[in-house]
Amino acid sequence: MSTLEPILQVRDVSLSFKGVKAINELSFDVRRGEICALIGPNGAGKSSLLNLLNGVYRFDSGEIVFEQQRFRRIDPLDAARRGIGRTFQNNALFKKMSVIDNLLTGLSRHMRSHFLEQALGLPRARREAEAFRLKAQHILQLLELQAVRDVPVGTLSYGRQKRVELGRALIAGPTLLLLDEPMAGMNAEEKQEMARFIADVNRDLGTTVVLIEHDMGVVMGLSDHVVVLDYGRKVGDGTPAEVQGNPEVIAAYLGAVH
Amino acid sequence: MSVPVMSETAPWVLIERRLPWPLLGLLVLAFGVVPLVGNDYWLSAILIPFLVLSLAGLGLNLLTGYTGQTSVGAAGFMAVGAFATYGFLLRLPEVGLPLALLGGGIISGLVGLLFGLPSSRIKGFYLMVTTLAAQFFLEWLFVKFPWFYNYGSSGTISAPNLSLLGYDLNTPVGRYLLTLVTVLLLTWVARNLVNSQTGRNWMAIRDMDTAAAVIGIPVARYKRLAFAVSSFYLGIAGALWAFAYLGTASAGSFDINRSFQILFIIIIGGMGSIAGNFVGAAFICLLPILLSHLGQALLGGAVDAGQLQNLQKIIFGVLIILFLIKEPEGLIRLLSNTRERLRHWPLRF
Amino acid sequence: MAFFLETLIGGLLAGTLYSLVAIGFVLIYKASGVFNFAQGSMLLFAALTFVSLHDQGVPFALALLLTVGVMVIGALLIERLVLRPLVNRSQITLFMATLGLSFIIEGLAQGLMGSQVRALDLGIDDVPLFVHGVMLSQFDLIAAGAAVVLVVVLALLFNKTRIGVSLRAVADDTTAALSIGINLNRIWQIVWAVAGCVGLVAGLLWGARQGVQFSLSLVVLKALPVLIIGGFTSIGGAIVGGLIVGASENLAEVYIGPLIGGGITPWFAYVLALAFLYIRPAGLFGERAIERV
Repeated sequence: MSTLEPILQVRDVSLSFKGVKAINELSFDVRRGEICALIGPNGAGKSSLLNLLNGVYRFDSGEIVFEQQRFRRIDPLDAARRGIGRTFQNNALFKKMSVIDNLLTGLSRHMRSHFLEQALGLPRARREAEAFRLKAQHILQLLELQAVRDVPVGTLSYGRQKRVELGRALIAGPTLLLLDEPMAGMNAEEKQEMARFIADVNRDLGTTVVLIEHDMGVVMGLSDHVVVLDYGRKVGDGTPAEVQGNPEVIAAYLGAVH
Repeated sequence: MSVPVMSETAPWVLIERRLPWPLLGLLVLAFGVVPLVGNDYWLSAILIPFLVLSLAGLGLNLLTGYTGQTSVGAAGFMAVGAFATYGFLLRLPEVGLPLALLGGGIISGLVGLLFGLPSSRIKGFYLMVTTLAAQFFLEWLFVKFPWFYNYGSSGTISAPNLSLLGYDLNTPVGRYLLTLVTVLLLTWVARNLVNSQTGRNWMAIRDMDTAAAVIGIPVARYKRLAFAVSSFYLGIAGALWAFAYLGTASAGSFDINRSFQILFIIIIGGMGSIAGNFVGAAFICLLPILLSHLGQALLGGAVDAGQLQNLQKIIFGVLIILFLIKEPEGLIRLLSNTRERLRHWPLRF
Repeated sequence: MAFFLETLIGGLLAGTLYSLVAIGFVLIYKASGVFNFAQGSMLLFAALTFVSLHDQGVPFALALLLTVGVMVIGALLIERLVLRPLVNRSQITLFMATLGLSFIIEGLAQGLMGSQVRALDLGIDDVPLFVHGVMLSQFDLIAAGAAVVLVVVLALLFNKTRIGVSLRAVADDTTAALSIGINLNRIWQIVWAVAGCVGLVAGLLWGARQGVQFSLSLVVLKALPVLIIGGFTSIGGAIVGGLIVGASENLAEVYIGPLIGGGITPWFAYVLALAFLYIRPAGLFGERAIERV
């Protein structure tokens, strides 16, 4: 599943907010098909990094190489089109819409038919709608959400909502999936489930995953590669085992004097 | 919240709904029975306004209920449609009635698009103010410039000639059928739109437009589209209101109270619903009649018409608040809940 | 030149009346985040109540007091029956509720007190004054004076009394205010009562100017552009906004109006507001809202 070329390369990227450096000359690689976890204490810049990767923030310096293409800046729409999908920390689901409708919104940017074709029920629109529905069905099966297909998302349990969000990010078939604390607020059982689904997605669809996560147990069990951030800098980079034994990482978490 | 059905996975109940017997029955009633049986009063004073108001509600619902852009300018766009259709019928009579209606709708849609341009930058109340501006401006426009009403001294417009393929439609039955066909066609189109990716995009914008933008939905474009399509519907409704219902109309027929009336239709009927507009319009049309009959029955004809109107106002206000508190999804949700409960009720025995 | 000044000042003075109405909105919006569409109907109701009482022979001061009492009771009812059940709902929902409320109040007002135009005599003669050759309306000057007094009273209320400080706390951060024990319901009752009284003053002044009639409730629609220009959350903004709208409306009607057929007053203010929206969406003095995903 992994070729030798990294799917994503972050090179000397920096980002500041009003003089405070959120990310400081950060560099690391993500190999194709791996699950890479970003960890670090709160405020280390993990969410900012994710926002950079999909274009919500613009970095001040450095460059990002995705699929061998260099970027000085990424537009979110462009990022999505190139195959970068993401989920959010606070549930950004459409509460009044059903599960399947939420999934289907993930395909909006792949829509080819014109609204008039849809309005009049013309063949191209119908074929496209059918194709979209098949993809949604596939995701529903993969994430075991068929039972709640028509339920308004706002009424689901938190764990299930997160799964729907995962599905929405997946339905367009991204090659790189950015997950922002996919297990935040879940109990142990829900976390196990989510970890299983992420692993399934990675294995069955071949999607490269970059996730932010706080639960060490989950991180060590799930990921192939761990990058540790502290105060916007990289303080650890390697397999889970390597990183666990790294004194700098331990210091970052236990709060040694900086 | 309409959801597409996939036949291979749908349970029996949903397949049963595939062939909507109640709907077919209604259609048979509407097309076959009513024209033969209905008396002129019922047709002209109740059914036609009911249908036209349902269409207007549908138009506003697309913008406010599905896309979440609150608008209090619905009547202004109805006016555009009415005057535009009038213009076509008057100055280009060779295009015929259906195209004149369509043309009126398209012009109204374009005007709606124009007033919807700010929606890419402003939202919520502020956008509502734009719609208010549209309402006042358009009202003023159709009073101030006599060209629109062909320099008539009274500022009113009336259909020069309501005919289709040689048949004179200017009879109660004729106007009823014209309205019915138009409303049904446009409802079918609306249903398609709402169930399609376009409809989903609209609802996504309504529920959380920042998230919609981030996942790749061109929010500004869809907001503008909503304004355009909504105004298209409202324009046709306006033309029908003027020519199929009132007969003669002026800018005053499309004032801000009409806008509020349409807003009430969708609040009471159900925002984000197609059927709800019909329910809401029926309510708005029938309540005054019900009230005046009740008034006469209870107080023996000693009820002042003005007082009745005031009472009606109070009742509407109370209902709006009640619905907002208890059932924000409107009567249509209440009805479907009742139907669900009725369905399970026999199982209790 | 004199004519220009007259138009300008006339507009400014008219603008103070707009400001008065807008202040009522700002109060409620600041404290409860609700855009109170019913403000206009409250205005009408207050004015009608006063006029009805006065016409029945009730002396001025007593009628005023009774009307204030009525507005306070109204505020209590509104808070209990409308605001409390709808707490935490969206802004648009609350707005629509106030729309419904306006219908109720109007229906009641006209049902109980009739729909004919009533003349309201506040004892102020509308004689023209000449100041340095510029003609001004005495009534407008007094109205402006009343507005100033009102603003001063409100400012004192907000800054010097405990209630006022609590109100500002609620406007600033509702959750924090709750956590230190401020009774939200009480605050809302007070705010709506105060807004009702502001509405009373505005209603009386407007009513004296153009007679107490139904169209008074449409005055609310004029307040919207004022709020957009001045910001929804600032009394100072309401004042400045009102002045701007009043002045520019008058000037536009006089100087631009004849070019396009006149009668542009109904919508000119909105176009102005729209322009402001593009340049400065939060209004001159308003707060910008930040959205997070």
